[in-house]
Amino acid sequence: MQATETILYNRAGQRVVSPDYLLFEAPRTKHFMTGSEAVKEAVKRASVDASVSYPITPQSEAAHLIGELWVEGYVGVYFRGESEFGVMSEIAGCAMAGARCITTTSGPGTLRAMENFPMWAGTRIPVQLVLMARGINSPLSIQPDNLEVSFLLDTGCMIWYAETAQDLFDMILAGFVVAEQPDVHVPLITVVDGFFVSHTREAVMLPPDDIALPPYNPYRAPMPVIDAEVPPGRFLRDPFVMKSNYISYATHASWQWEVRAAIERSRPYAKHYLRGLVEHFGDPEADLVFVACGTASAQAKEAVRLLEDEGIPARVVKLKTIRPFPIEELREAVKGAKYIFVPEFNVVGWLEREVRRYLYGHSNAEIIGAPRVAGGMTMPAEVIVKEVLKLTGKEVKHVI
Amino acid sequence: MSYKIYKINEELKDFMPKEIIDLEEKATWGNPKRGVMDLPYTKELIEEHSLCAGCPESMALRYIIASLPNPEDTIIVNSTGCTSLVFPHIALHTVHSLFGNQNAVASGIKRVLEWRFPDKVKDVVVLAGDGATVDIGLDCTLQSFFRQEKITTICFDNEVYANTGGQESGLTVKGHVFKMAPKGKQWDKVPMWQLAIDSGCHYVARLTVSSPKRVEQVIKKAIYVAREVGPTYVHLYTPCILEIGLNSDDGLDEMRARDKERFAFFEYMTPQAEEVINRIKEEGLL
Repeated sequence: MQATETILYNRAGQRVVSPDYLLFEAPRTKHFMTGSEAVKEAVKRASVDASVSYPITPQSEAAHLIGELWVEGYVGVYFRGESEFGVMSEIAGCAMAGARCITTTSGPGTLRAMENFPMWAGTRIPVQLVLMARGINSPLSIQPDNLEVSFLLDTGCMIWYAETAQDLFDMILAGFVVAEQPDVHVPLITVVDGFFVSHTREAVMLPPDDIALPPYNPYRAPMPVIDAEVPPGRFLRDPFVMKSNYISYATHASWQWEVRAAIERSRPYAKHYLRGLVEHFGDPEADLVFVACGTASAQAKEAVRLLEDEGIPARVVKLKTIRPFPIEELREAVKGAKYIFVPEFNVVGWLEREVRRYLYGHSNAEIIGAPRVAGGMTMPAEVIVKEVLKLTGKEVKHVI
Repeated sequence: MSYKIYKINEELKDFMPKEIIDLEEKATWGNPKRGVMDLPYTKELIEEHSLCAGCPESMALRYIIASLPNPEDTIIVNSTGCTSLVFPHIALHTVHSLFGNQNAVASGIKRVLEWRFPDKVKDVVVLAGDGATVDIGLDCTLQSFFRQEKITTICFDNEVYANTGGQESGLTVKGHVFKMAPKGKQWDKVPMWQLAIDSGCHYVARLTVSSPKRVEQVIKKAIYVAREVGPTYVHLYTPCILEIGLNSDDGLDEMRARDKERFAFFEYMTPQAEEVINRIKEEGLL
């Protein structure tokens, strides 16, 4: 008997391929584009059902481009909401009704929408939010700064951090696959540094655009989809707020634990689709380590090259996921490290806090939360080098 | 939907509580002519409720759920407040997400269901109190009207934040003394029904729930018009007898008294809405 092969197409007419094929096997060609355009290219290949948008710099362009995809038939539902609070609620409604959803925001918009993020997690909807980080008010700033991420750490959403437009493209596609696993099924916030990535052109390797991820199947979700095609699901059940008794408290508590447990269960999937939760760069024997995420890790890599000239071996451990935090990977990576620098684009040093928390009792290295820039300042590699040279007592040559 | 979703597995039937078996056998599914007159004879889709004895909001909820023309394909979005005490007891798909975002959530649900099921009728109905609809949620409420979302919004106006213990709301009458307005409310009751008209609703009604049959008529009109034309808004007076110092058997008298004044029956419809209403009347559905 002749074997038959069924070819499936999504509603946009693209051939459905496996996530592994799309991410790892499909031939790729080189394109030159901004991070915002990379978002469009990812969404175009992701069989996205719904997106809701709202203008705020620097994410607006990405949101416009998703709108163009809607016009072209690649996205099912698209409109502009009234505010980020409204948008994140509208996209929640879309997800509850069984759609694969993506939306974007930045800085003050993130904080305006804040009440929605724990609601997303508690509702167990795998919405993907592309966060193009920017400063938050006051004073008014539209510049790159990732302070807002510190507010998101405990919302019950997964948080991934892209360094480049290429990272962003791959993470968006991998993100849907991981977030929609029935044993995960929590929201994902894919962070990228505003302007540095959203507005900068770089080479991005793209698979063809006539293939796409398998469509979302809402009937695999751990919570009933709100479409009246399955027995009623109720997001407000008796015990939650309705009763003041120990069962209601225990139910609420265990529900929240379960959201965190779901994030933990995302680890093996994320490891596979992101090819590890961390990335290593530089001299593997070096005892001077930069732990960073996003463009701070790009700058740290430059600093490693400059330090090489100074005769100081160094390396970078780039964190691709913040929630789940790559605890074991980081502990393993910094074995033998004497100095750990955590360069960051914010004033509070939230990543330094995370690194300290997870290395406590597991590393004897000195952890230095520097350099730290904010409010739109750039982080030249020389600034990072200066911090290192200060520590070693060497003459500071590179700094302007 | 398929009615199968309400069918109980035969082998488990022995273990199911009576009220669940009744839902399968005695509830009114698949009959758009269902209405409040069925209440004494059929299984209600609300399994009791946890509101105060004699609460007019509980009456309103029972009349509304009994009047839905398409309960098997109706999604109910609610908000925080006294109404949220009832939703766990409704045998339909209901959503509670945040306080005040109900019309935004409903917009997303409606649009995706239209896209996923282009050949099916799926009604989305918002049920929320006056605080949720007019104060904290006013932006989302009006914006959903501006966008012409095909959803029905029903506001239970008890003129106070009742569930949190009796604070002044935007729908409190000027001069009434409540918590947070210890000198009496300083400004007028928000004319939400007028805002709904100005914001693009195609059918708007204001009434008390003193007459079950009238509630049924209004709800059916609002749902049919929302299905075909655009947003509709129903403003119901459901007094909080507790907060205005009445006994549990005083609710009906209170509503009848307001029928003659600030909640005198008021109805508005656009020509497109009127067309739909006339047609469904001819079809015998009203």
